[in-house]
Amino acid sequence: MLLASLLVASFVIFGALDLAPGNPIAALSGGRSLPPSSLRVLEARYHLNQPFLAQYWYWLSNALHGNLGISITLRENVSSLIASRIWTTAGLVLYASIIILVLGIGLGVLAGLRPGIVDTSALVTSAISAAIPSFVAAIVLITLFAVKLRWFPALGNGTGFLSNLRHFTLPAVALAISSLAIVARVTRAAIREEADREHVQTATSRGIPRRQLVRRHILRNAAIPITTISGITIASLIAVAAVVETAFGLNGLGAYLVASAQSKDLAVVQGISLVLVTAFVVINLVVDLAYAVLDPRVSLGRRAG
Amino acid sequence: MNSTVSESEPLLQVEDLTVRLTVEGRRRPVLRDVALQVRAGEAVGLVGESGSGKSMTAKAIDRLLPRGAEVSGQIRFAGQDVRGLEGQALRSYRNKVAMIFQDPRAHVNPVRRIGDFMTEALRTNLNVAAADAGKRAVAMLDQVGIGHGERRLRQYPHELSGGMLQRVMIAAALLTEPQLLLADEPTTALDVTTQAEVMAILDDLRREYGLAVLFITHDLDLAAAICDRTAVMYAGQIVEVRESALMHDDPLHPYSAALAAARPDIDAAAGRLAAIGGRPLSAFEAPDAECAFAPRCPHAAPACREALPPLVELDGGLSRCVRAAELRGRGAGLRGATPSDPRLAAGPTSGGQTGE
Amino acid sequence: MSAAAPAPLVTVHASRARSATGLLRGTGPAGIASAAVIAIATVVAIVGKLVAPYDPTSANLSLNFIGPSGGHFLGYDFEGRDVLSRLLAGAQSSMLGPLAVVIGALVLGSLLAVIAAWRRGAVDAVISSVVDVLFAFPGILLAVLAAAVFGAGLTAAATALAIAYMPYVARVLRGAALKERSQPYVAALEVQGASATAICLRHILPNIAPLIVAQATTMFGYAMVDLAAVSFLGLGVQPPAADWGVMISENQVGIPEGYPLPALAAGACVVAVVIAFNLLGERLFERAQGAR
Repeated sequence: MLLASLLVASFVIFGALDLAPGNPIAALSGGRSLPPSSLRVLEARYHLNQPFLAQYWYWLSNALHGNLGISITLRENVSSLIASRIWTTAGLVLYASIIILVLGIGLGVLAGLRPGIVDTSALVTSAISAAIPSFVAAIVLITLFAVKLRWFPALGNGTGFLSNLRHFTLPAVALAISSLAIVARVTRAAIREEADREHVQTATSRGIPRRQLVRRHILRNAAIPITTISGITIASLIAVAAVVETAFGLNGLGAYLVASAQSKDLAVVQGISLVLVTAFVVINLVVDLAYAVLDPRVSLGRRAG
Repeated sequence: MNSTVSESEPLLQVEDLTVRLTVEGRRRPVLRDVALQVRAGEAVGLVGESGSGKSMTAKAIDRLLPRGAEVSGQIRFAGQDVRGLEGQALRSYRNKVAMIFQDPRAHVNPVRRIGDFMTEALRTNLNVAAADAGKRAVAMLDQVGIGHGERRLRQYPHELSGGMLQRVMIAAALLTEPQLLLADEPTTALDVTTQAEVMAILDDLRREYGLAVLFITHDLDLAAAICDRTAVMYAGQIVEVRESALMHDDPLHPYSAALAAARPDIDAAAGRLAAIGGRPLSAFEAPDAECAFAPRCPHAAPACREALPPLVELDGGLSRCVRAAELRGRGAGLRGATPSDPRLAAGPTSGGQTGE
Repeated sequence: MSAAAPAPLVTVHASRARSATGLLRGTGPAGIASAAVIAIATVVAIVGKLVAPYDPTSANLSLNFIGPSGGHFLGYDFEGRDVLSRLLAGAQSSMLGPLAVVIGALVLGSLLAVIAAWRRGAVDAVISSVVDVLFAFPGILLAVLAAAVFGAGLTAAATALAIAYMPYVARVLRGAALKERSQPYVAALEVQGASATAICLRHILPNIAPLIVAQATTMFGYAMVDLAAVSFLGLGVQPPAADWGVMISENQVGIPEGYPLPALAAGACVVAVVIAFNLLGERLFERAQGAR
């Protein structure tokens, strides 16, 4: 099912070329005028004199072999341009994911298991931070931590692992803030719901000690919705990373995507879009797999209610 | 810890049990002065409609009340105070008193295997090795009529039918060799045929292991089938306790009489279903200074509204009806009101309802 | 519980009788406060340009990034324009964009949801698959794609987001519509000979209306964030037009220099309105679910 989504998505990405006003050549060249030799190369490469579906087929099979075309602006292979930037984005998303999982789930579990002041303060904090878009968080963080306090650098990737870590911290936090809140709330709700379930009462009536009860019955069962929301949230980071990368001047796929969109470098846009959508679908696939493992009631490929 | 119980002292003794819960911001009673006794090896039925407090009583006995519940009164098990138990003592109490619930599918963790569910208490509390616990589980499954035990242990709850799951729950409850079984409407969620099977299993096991059973149900006749004595609850109070054999023909409270009469007799043709007028009261709606059943009672007299009737001994049982002794002497006894009685004309409420 | 008489047929009038104020009152102080914020933002969006104390477009580079002074409560932005005036003027595009997105997603989503729920079977399967595929596209990505193909601008971005949000509307509404569909009153109406469109439009739709309203409110918040993000990236509303997202991006240069106010002020506006929509939407959701 997800693979079908991927296929259709790739079709849409490719079809965008056709939708562009004017003829495909104009779209590919971004409105620049090109010498006839270049035009012929473009025609041949994109098989523009062939029917649409055939063009799609060529593009797709090329893509699967790692050939995503040539960037108009930089005159390099799109694939290599992507490859040099993919680790920035991957690192950023990974860093943010760790923050979200550790803090989000951690806070959610604490709030869920202990009613009272821990819970209320967690709720309030999460309500506020859920509403802070990443780019607003970005400028606030830069203002506070980079300019005023000078704890972290404001822009750039940095060189070397530790320097990378420093440079990526503020962007990762900016990326994680609103998602963290959502994960914390869902975790808390899931824990609360599981704690109220009848089977927990059965275990209590058998004299199972509290700590074991929490671990084997509440947490274990709540792991299902927690995994789902974590997966969905992390998948959504892929798109928002573009905003954060731009704000912090990071040399990642997202920032590059935006720049190419502005300069109408369509081959790059298509290539990066394909990579991002694939990553999105892959993460969803992993979530589905985890779900099937955690919940014996569902078979692979379906998420029960 | 006193483990030997003398013949005269009951295994479970509940006295003056009053429980208040906070409902919508207000403290309301759900149980009022409940008194109950179960002797070793005895089966006692606890019968009532929705809201009568029967499930709540069982939960109070097993210390499963929600947080914030206000409890007063005494609960003693084998001479020991139950309400004050904590920690290890509470856990070993829970091994001696087992509880089975109404909806097996909701009460068994769906993501863990049957074997895990059954042996959890053995492995955790009694430190029985996993392999040994598994063997005992298989043996117990056999006793409740489930074959291929080893295979069943590896299955998940959703792979079993409701009836089988309930039998698994019974088997699991018995693995810790309890002395008292609290059965909270174990057959209500099952179809009639399965109901009969499960009842038979419960009865057999009770005799074999010498278990004391507190059997909670809304069905008076079901309780009478396997219980030696039956207690009837209304509006959070015990209104009658009687030997089951005598309950049907010689009840000691108009409410029990009405419950018995409300069940359609398969041998007789009836023009109308007998029903008790009005609707059942919950504990927190019941008045403090008069008989709670008076508004619906065909025998109500001014005396019934003067004060809360106490639970008094009568002919070997207990009754909360001030007119019980008097009514027993006359004609058809407390079953005097017939279905054609105009005082029963109002409302569609009937006696046999699905419980809480 | 006693068996009651069969449930009375739900009439359209009964559901419409729940007035807007009644609905609002039920959302508690948080809901009312949020509604107030939203109302203010709407008013500003409509009259902002007229009540702005200074011309939001007149640039004067010699005045750039001067802090609050004189009649300028929030100081000047990176091109010497009055920040407050630009905020007031920017409210229009910042509120209008999400409105277009929400309307688009709602119309498309509810149409598909009701058709799928009504017809069920093959039609439902096809529609559901199409909707499922769209889930694979994050909103911002679609907006960037649209900008690349059609050129940067609010229309392209808003349309792309409407399409990206549509699946969420369709999924929730399809579930609710299916539930409505199986209610006894629908069968009763069918037997009486009411046409499918009539039943859908005049009975089912109004009964799932509270859910639609709740979802629209929450979605407005998300759309606002996404659109501001797209404008921030330079692919939505274009400078020098006043728009909160644009303002954040153009005034970003001031932050390392120690003039964070213009960017932060615009950010604060976005956050305030988004919180209001999220809070209100959540309360409305609770009420919609509680009513079922």
